[in-house]
Amino acid sequence: MSETTTGGAARPSASSSASDALPGAAHEVRLVVNGEVHTLAVDPRATLLDTLRDRLGLTGAKKGCAHGSCGACTILVDGRRAVSCLMLAAACDGREITTIEGLATNGALHPVQQAFVDQDAFQCGYCTPGQIMSVAGLLAEGRARDDAAVRDELSGNICRCGAYPNILAAVRQVSGIEPTPAEIGADARLRDAAGGA
Amino acid sequence: MQPFAYHKVRDAETAIAHGARDPQTIFLAGGTDLVQLLEDGISRPQGVVDISALPFDAIATTIDGLRIGALAKLADVADHAEIRARYPAIAAALGETASPMVRNMATMGGNLLQRTRCLYFRDGVSPCNKRAPGSGCSARLGHDAQAALFGASEACVATHPSDLAVALLALDAEVLVVGPSGERSIPLDRLHRLPGETPWIESDLEPGEVITAIFVPREAAGRAQAYAKLRHRASFEWPLVSAAVSLALVEGTIEDARIALGAVAHKPWRAETAERLLIGRRIDDALAREAGEAATDGARPIAENAAKIPLMARIVTRALQDCARQQAGDPS
Repeated sequence: MSETTTGGAARPSASSSASDALPGAAHEVRLVVNGEVHTLAVDPRATLLDTLRDRLGLTGAKKGCAHGSCGACTILVDGRRAVSCLMLAAACDGREITTIEGLATNGALHPVQQAFVDQDAFQCGYCTPGQIMSVAGLLAEGRARDDAAVRDELSGNICRCGAYPNILAAVRQVSGIEPTPAEIGADARLRDAAGGA
Repeated sequence: MQPFAYHKVRDAETAIAHGARDPQTIFLAGGTDLVQLLEDGISRPQGVVDISALPFDAIATTIDGLRIGALAKLADVADHAEIRARYPAIAAALGETASPMVRNMATMGGNLLQRTRCLYFRDGVSPCNKRAPGSGCSARLGHDAQAALFGASEACVATHPSDLAVALLALDAEVLVVGPSGERSIPLDRLHRLPGETPWIESDLEPGEVITAIFVPREAAGRAQAYAKLRHRASFEWPLVSAAVSLALVEGTIEDARIALGAVAHKPWRAETAERLLIGRRIDDALAREAGEAATDGARPIAENAAKIPLMARIVTRALQDCARQQAGDPS
């Protein structure tokens, strides 16, 4: 684990419980991101998403709606899925964060990443880091029971290209969920309607 | 976003002191609603006090009921084995709340105190007495089916969007708080206010008061209960209308009934006419339909929300039918 310190424009407040902190005073946090420790002075207004992207250069998590509605910023916080646009970085002191950049190990794609490649589970790719983190999270949370459960569990991740059938196929590949005959038929109809093979 | 001071507190006393000193102080827990309000400039506090590290996240069975810590995450409560088995209306309401990510982040107390989804409140610019007192109410003549059917005022027609609060009202829950004057318990029905002339005052909480837990009486565990919700899409959406029902049944006869309606008032709303109609009768499909109709008693539609009235009747009927199936031993 390496340790880095990134200074902010403003000086950090001396104490995290200082009752005399002024509006706008920077706040010091220690984040463990993809196994690497970062100590940062953050503006209290900074979201975790903006901090990951602008301060740590981790631009995998995307900013879509900034209101928790689209899921493009999905990451894992202490192993569970979260939308990083609705988290203040100041409130994340000590949290263990995994972003899409931390999913591969030793250059080998995570099984969920590989499944997205194998199943062609994206078009423009903007939502893809969030989709992959959400799938990795729902698998870790043990929620991939069947297609219906997976659809519901991924309802917070919007894909405007409409790659949902292939995203579901990617989840099946990693989870071993067997689609029912009706679901296979529905997938085929969706692909036909989209003009795909 | 306006600059604010961020304070992380480790004990309730410090949080209470912050809130008592500056009544505009806002408590941050899961942040899933507050960060949106900050981003949009709707909430402009000088100080944000992060209470997420307070020791209020335990879920425990006590001799007289169930105590759910205010900082318990929605996902953990929805997954809790005893809550699923004995207080299924709570698990059902939470299972249909927001998205999996939001359920991992949002807390029980924060869910109860989330602010309205009224489009005119959220847009940050329209006249809105809740956001900018005295500016008027755009929703009263607005294009939005969300508007209240019960208990609205000239000043405000906003509705409370929580699923959880509706289930808790049907189970006769209480909210436990601690504040400058010590501890007290607030019946769920009195936590939220009607808008009246002061729609910006939304709860009965005093400055500095912090919700510590939600208490659900043991008696609720023995009741047939259900939560049913209608929304514009199959998942990740606030209710258009919702209903929670709990019935005390003795050999098939209803001895007591509580029916709560969601997304139709500034607070979760008791359907008392329908409750009275059920007492002493046997639950079946015909009675469920009759009570569904009765649940609309007193509804006052405005502008574009009249379509919610028949939907409300149907959703109450559906919740009662779920209870009837439980009574018959058919879990489907």
